[in-house]
Amino acid sequence: MRRDVTFPDLFTTKMAAAEETAFGRTHVEEKKKIPRRYWATTAEQKDGEGKNGALQKEDSTKKIREAWWKKKLEKKKKKKAKKSVLEKKDPFPGQAPIPVERVKKFVRGDVDKVTSGVQGKLKKILKRSQAVSTLAQEQAARHDLLLPEDAGFLEGDEDEDTCTIAQDDIADAVDITSGAKYFNLNLSQFGPYRLDYSRAGRHLLLGGRRGHVSCIEWQSKALISEINVMEAVNDVKWLHNEAMFAVAQKKWLYVYDSKGVELHCIRKFNDVLRMEFLPYHFLLATASSSGFLQYLDVSVGKEVTAIGTKMGRLGVMTQNPHNAVIHLGHPNGTVSLWSPNQKEALVKMLCHRGAVRSLTVDKTGMYMVTSGLDRKLKVYDLRAFKPLQSYFLPAGAACLSLSQRGLLCASMGDVVQVYRDVWGTSVKKPYMAHRVRGAVAGLAFCPFEDVLGVGHAEGFTSMIVPGAGEANFDGMALNPYASLRQRQEWEVKTLLEKVQPDLIGLDPSMLGTVDRATWQQKHQERVQALGFDPLAHEKFKPRRRKKGRSSSGAVEKRKRKVAHEDQRDVIRHTVAANLSKEQERKKRSKAKLKAGVERCALKRFQK
Amino acid sequence: MVHTLVNFHIFPLSHRKKLTERSEASTQVSEFSVNAEGEGEKVKLSDLLGKMEKTPKNLNKTKKQLKDLEKKSDTLELPLSRQEKEKIQREVAYVKTSTEVSRWESVVTQNRNAEQLVFPLIQEPSGPKRIEQVVSGWKAQTPLEQEIFSLLHCNLQPTHDPVLTPVEEASLKAMSLEEAKIRRAELQKARALQSYYEAKAKRERKIKSKKYHKVQSKAKRKEFLKKFEDLCKTDPQAALEEFKKMELLRMEERMSLKHQNSGKWAKSKVIMGKYDLVARKAMQEQLEMNKDLTQKLVVPSEDEEQEQEEPKALPDFVNDPEPVGDPANPWMRGQLSAEALGPEVSHEVEQEEEEEPENEEEALLREFEQKRRLRQSEDKGFEPVVSEEQEVDEAENREAEEELSEKGEKDDEDGLAEFKNLFNRLVEPVILETGEEQGDEGLEEGLVRIHSLDDTELLANDHEASLVEPVPSDTSNMEASACPPSKNSKKVKVIDPSEVLTKQAKVIKVPHAPMMVEDEEVRNEQTTIIKEAFAGDDVVSDFLKDKRKLEEDSMPKVVDLTLPGWGEWGGVGLKPSRFKRRKFRIKPAPLPPRKDQKLPAVIISEKRNAALAAHQVCQLPFPFTKPEQFERTICSPVGNTWNTHNVMRKLTAPKVVTQMGAIIEPIAKDDFIKDKNPSKPQPNLQLTKDSSLAKTAPPGHKRRKK
Repeated sequence: MRRDVTFPDLFTTKMAAAEETAFGRTHVEEKKKIPRRYWATTAEQKDGEGKNGALQKEDSTKKIREAWWKKKLEKKKKKKAKKSVLEKKDPFPGQAPIPVERVKKFVRGDVDKVTSGVQGKLKKILKRSQAVSTLAQEQAARHDLLLPEDAGFLEGDEDEDTCTIAQDDIADAVDITSGAKYFNLNLSQFGPYRLDYSRAGRHLLLGGRRGHVSCIEWQSKALISEINVMEAVNDVKWLHNEAMFAVAQKKWLYVYDSKGVELHCIRKFNDVLRMEFLPYHFLLATASSSGFLQYLDVSVGKEVTAIGTKMGRLGVMTQNPHNAVIHLGHPNGTVSLWSPNQKEALVKMLCHRGAVRSLTVDKTGMYMVTSGLDRKLKVYDLRAFKPLQSYFLPAGAACLSLSQRGLLCASMGDVVQVYRDVWGTSVKKPYMAHRVRGAVAGLAFCPFEDVLGVGHAEGFTSMIVPGAGEANFDGMALNPYASLRQRQEWEVKTLLEKVQPDLIGLDPSMLGTVDRATWQQKHQERVQALGFDPLAHEKFKPRRRKKGRSSSGAVEKRKRKVAHEDQRDVIRHTVAANLSKEQERKKRSKAKLKAGVERCALKRFQK
Repeated sequence: MVHTLVNFHIFPLSHRKKLTERSEASTQVSEFSVNAEGEGEKVKLSDLLGKMEKTPKNLNKTKKQLKDLEKKSDTLELPLSRQEKEKIQREVAYVKTSTEVSRWESVVTQNRNAEQLVFPLIQEPSGPKRIEQVVSGWKAQTPLEQEIFSLLHCNLQPTHDPVLTPVEEASLKAMSLEEAKIRRAELQKARALQSYYEAKAKRERKIKSKKYHKVQSKAKRKEFLKKFEDLCKTDPQAALEEFKKMELLRMEERMSLKHQNSGKWAKSKVIMGKYDLVARKAMQEQLEMNKDLTQKLVVPSEDEEQEQEEPKALPDFVNDPEPVGDPANPWMRGQLSAEALGPEVSHEVEQEEEEEPENEEEALLREFEQKRRLRQSEDKGFEPVVSEEQEVDEAENREAEEELSEKGEKDDEDGLAEFKNLFNRLVEPVILETGEEQGDEGLEEGLVRIHSLDDTELLANDHEASLVEPVPSDTSNMEASACPPSKNSKKVKVIDPSEVLTKQAKVIKVPHAPMMVEDEEVRNEQTTIIKEAFAGDDVVSDFLKDKRKLEEDSMPKVVDLTLPGWGEWGGVGLKPSRFKRRKFRIKPAPLPPRKDQKLPAVIISEKRNAALAAHQVCQLPFPFTKPEQFERTICSPVGNTWNTHNVMRKLTAPKVVTQMGAIIEPIAKDDFIKDKNPSKPQPNLQLTKDSSLAKTAPPGHKRRKK
């Protein structure tokens, strides 16, 4: 049929066609396309190139274009008909499903509130951003799989309390390297000792009350430096890395390098009792006996703010790692929260009837644990500022510390106790307990290790606490095994990513919000300048109708039809959501019933 | 018209005169200076018309038109003014350009909406190229290569792409578009045919002519018999089935009272029979028919003749006794008596078969003969001896009548049966459902098992709360005073110190009691702390006092603008009137409720963080109208700390990517506006296909040809 038809041939072909139809094979002409083969293009190319050398380039561009078009078309076609008969079916099509709980971990913000009733370009933008963020969440959840390390805990035999297991037994039972993590430093001369672990957990800084300061790489037990500052030492703290540390001495604040060389004596900071280093802001916060809370920017060496708290001697201090807010404990039983941006406390909460002796905040910034002179240990929810748990300790806790995985250690005199899950269920017994040689003055969990460091009057004790440290460290953030080069680069990077002290506040995500007050003000100004509100929702004005149909009643009726559209929208959404929830719940309960024990006639009498 | 035209043509030809030739060469030849030279010979319209008068009258119309033309003296319209002309031109141009431009619209919007644009837009396909594309003049040269290529081309095996051979591809394309189209067409045709057939059947059914139906049914029967015979030869099993069906029909006939003189027609005939001979005869015939039908059918046992005739066409099992009769009828089994109607029937059939070649004349002749015979028999007063043929004819006749008469009944019956069927079908599921429902209800009446707290809520909704045990509330854990303050009391709410810090402490057992006597210094410190702690009488009341003070401070103040002495007497001991005081007192709007309103032991600062505001966004970029929308788009982090690498790359991908060194040309029209006929490049390809096939077909071939 496809051959060329010359004019006189026309009639005969027509007749042939008629015959064909008459015989009734099919109406439709059979169109059999010969699949395009590779040699087709090659021949074409050859021809083109053989004919004309000058036109070659043009031809090639044309060909490229054609190829491009073809590819596009093919893509379209593929999209249309992806399935072919012979294709093997995947028994598990698509990607592996991710558990909902894991995805929830990465969810940020609520979408549906925003996208309802939006149109045009904005809708497109919102949709796209939503798509990308869901993809990000999904991917993050998918890759959460790559953190397989799980923490285990000490488990005793039947009728055996884990708190009665001695450190020596644990050290004997575990492998040599882990066993070596339990050790005592007998430093009875210059005690009691304060201590601080570096952020990566490799280095230990010890500061004796009577002036003994030493840096130790505690895992290899290599002494890096050891000095005596010949003055009373109130507190010691590592700065952003292991190269520098700050020592709060009797009068001033000093900064030394890891070799023990004095770098700075900061005269603006006097009578410092406690220090905290805010690593992302490069701020050293100090609390002095004169009631001043001061912030020192370590990267530039300038005092950021000095806040007179007017709360007396500030001997209890900790930081909230989540939002870099400083918590101070006061003798009148209150705990106050401070940021460098505000001269008054962000929050003051009454926690104890007596003075606050110690406090600590968990890594996520959700829980705060305080202990007071009233011998109580309290757990607060920092989101609602409400107490969650309250415990009575016979002797009261002098020092508190929380580990990365939420183990709480409390010291009572010379006894160190470790508690598990203090905010979940109420605890009755400690998870572990250990008696050290002298009264405890400093407590700290080592990051990324199952180790608790205890500084006391007779020196230092390193305890093994199974399940204390985070097993999965983020090598990009903090790498305990970083090489020298990596450490150097890390320092530069963190300096570049330094967060301004202005951003410290109760809610760290405030930066992602629009400044409503200013926005509103600007909007008001704009409205005044324009003479109308560009964002105002246009009020519904019913069309004027003739023949008496625009009577006030009718108009009112028409208005009623579209009244409260936004509210209706919200209601519709919530109703739909509730309905779906209910249905899901029903389905689940049904499934449970089905999965449960078989029905029997007597079942109804059981309760 | 053709005629006249020819005339026109011929007329001037016959009187043609030689045209004068111009001998002088002139630069200017004016069209106005040209004149008709032979004035006498000038052709006038009237001459032409005169000629037309002689022609037949079908030219009237044309003549009239021409006359009208002659009469007409309308002047041409003035040309449009320049402005108007230009306006029209502009309009046309606008339409033209707008259509032209609007063709770009899709491309433009697509590019605008694209997440990323890579320039140059048309790019060479990435990946390795085939050797033919890179090297132009490559040919298979070695004999081995040639051999291989010839082999491959013979089998249409692609050499470079590891794609499928045409055969495989064809098999893959088992259901291509074309095929689907063909199939659809076939189906359409079948449906059309069916509808035609149905229409035809309907039409035929409506025909009232008895004769027509008679002929029709006869033809049908013939056809059926013929078919049956064929079937016997080709597919004995099917034939057997068919035979069974026939048997069943016969049984039904026997069972029914069709030929029992009980029908309407038969009754009428009985009455008529007294006077009408024909009627009587018909009645008798029917009786005979009945007799025939009600006779027991003896199954023809092994028919020797048949066997001899077609020994191999029918297998042995055909003659088995069992399947012959109706399997449902136990009496029909195993009856093998030889006396039968069978041969008779077959005889009839044979006769009918003989009839086939007869033409109409013969049929007429025979009819006459029969009539004659009938008359004779009448004369004789004998019982009419009706030939078998006639019998059959008559029977058919009757049948047709009966059909007509019974159609109504049948219809009714059918309707009833259908109704019953429907009813049954409807009732069954209903019964089932009700059964299920009853079952369900029975199940539901049992006790409900509570699985979760939510369930208890549900329960509480359904029945009254009395059924459910009160869930131990967690409120005891919370601060007792956290309950909302009563709103009706206007007085400032005072927190009772005894309501603060009410949380019950749980005692923890400690294995080791601290034995250490703390250092002196530490103890000294402790004592100072203790002293500090108890310096204030009561910590709680102090704190509450502080809080109340703060609250009061933050309350907006009422401004009193009354001026004593204005409009009334003023002085010591005299107060401005209440009306005035009320009028000039400005009450500020109440502040939003404090964050710590419901937390008695907490003071939360209400100050705005001004330092942070400097870093916040305070103006929304263009398409955003609400802060929430913008916040939504910036809430998910972009950096690689929070995202996987690929996602981070996607999030931070630039909007426009340009290739280094590549020339970015403006968009060419024929590259992008192709959507309307995307198959345009394809004919080109197809054309090359054949030629290329011929050309590429093994280089070896070529040579051989040469």
